[in-house]
Amino acid sequence: MQIESASPEETEAVAGRLARVLLPGDVVTVSGELGAGKTTFVRGACRALGVTQPVTSPTFTVGHRYDGVSHLDLYRFAGVSAAEWGDLEPYFEGTIAFVEWPEAGEDALPAPRVRVRLLHVDEAHRMIELETAEPELLETMA
Amino acid sequence: MIFALETSCDETAAALVTHDGEIRANVVASQADLHAQFGGVVPEIASRRHLELVLPVVRQALSDAGATLDDVDLVAVTRGPGLIGALLVGVSAAKALAWTRRLPLAPVDHLDGHVASLYLEPDSLEPPFLCLLASGGHTMLLDVRARGSFGVAGRTVDDAVGEAFDKGARLLGLGYPGGAELDRLARDGDPEAFSFPVAKLPGLDFSFSGVKTSLLYAVKKLQPGELERRRADLAASYQRALVRALVERTDAAAQLLGVERVGVVGGVAANSELRASLPWARAAPLSLCTDNAAMIASAARYVEPLPYPRYLGLDAYASAA
Repeated sequence: MQIESASPEETEAVAGRLARVLLPGDVVTVSGELGAGKTTFVRGACRALGVTQPVTSPTFTVGHRYDGVSHLDLYRFAGVSAAEWGDLEPYFEGTIAFVEWPEAGEDALPAPRVRVRLLHVDEAHRMIELETAEPELLETMA
Repeated sequence: MIFALETSCDETAAALVTHDGEIRANVVASQADLHAQFGGVVPEIASRRHLELVLPVVRQALSDAGATLDDVDLVAVTRGPGLIGALLVGVSAAKALAWTRRLPLAPVDHLDGHVASLYLEPDSLEPPFLCLLASGGHTMLLDVRARGSFGVAGRTVDDAVGEAFDKGARLLGLGYPGGAELDRLARDGDPEAFSFPVAKLPGLDFSFSGVKTSLLYAVKKLQPGELERRRADLAASYQRALVRALVERTDAAAQLLGVERVGVVGGVAANSELRASLPWARAAPLSLCTDNAAMIASAARYVEPLPYPRYLGLDAYASAA
């Protein structure tokens, strides 16, 4: 599914629609270039899931955990070793987990239920691609 | 003396500080050192690395201070926020140290630690003051009325300014993390060559996500050869935009809160343009800007310590509440 967004607010709204059909244990990867809107997307999902605290980029800290939601960022990883997976695993337990820059962890992380890709169209617009093996999941998005 | 450990993110650090705030030892094993030690192989971002380094930094700190554990009467440790596994290495080591010597343990919040870097001698600062905390993981304006507490007056709603520096450096081909290199490159450039508007949010909050995207588009518009020639100008203009946003908000907050003194802490407090742009502010000494344990020991002086053995069940916390 492809949805064009004209603003960060629209990107957050699309993420909110997706978040409301997800369940604890689900993993969502969020890919895209610098500035494509990955953290914006995750913020929208967190808001829809009831997170009220500031949702900021976890690039430096690697992971943020909120009530029922985890927000991870593998930007600084070259790969994910067994030891590194040991550190990341708690963030996936009983949460809906959103993973930015998932490329370094493709072999180590649980299989994502949804893959999100954000593409620059121009300075204001982004194309949001949602990919899943369960097309019916996206059909239930309000 | 206070013995402190800090393992919340990349640095494994131990320090010995007196109750008067004098640093006797301040040891930081940084990822950069390890990187060199392992011949340029990117080290793991894993708590296992903290585990390998924690005892060597403990020994080094005691040796640097010419002290033994007999000289320690309080153990302090960063409890959060940070990566859970990384924090637990420090928390477990601190519990073990305190327990074997029957000492009390002071759990310290990492952000309180950064503020308390201003309470260390020989140049300690007295509240009330406004504190700009600017690092890779945080960007906040803190209203400090008394040692050991603060109110949050403003914060970033997206990227930390240190992250904006590091990602900007990557866009300019300086590698990651490259905030310090960007600072050096900016000295040879024209800070007015490019315009990178920083979003102005209502109140005292910051947003650094958009300015990073503006730099991306500016870089994309240049031909490769031209990019090479304009790199210093891009770095200088981008740094100017980030620093200006920090300075404007800091000034506005100081006026609004009616405080005369301003402190600057965190890794970005080492940035030369930021230090020059806030000449009236007290910036933390360069050795105390990035993560260290001396600031944790300093903060421990204003925390109610847990008496032996009540801390054995102490847990780390990943995110700020």
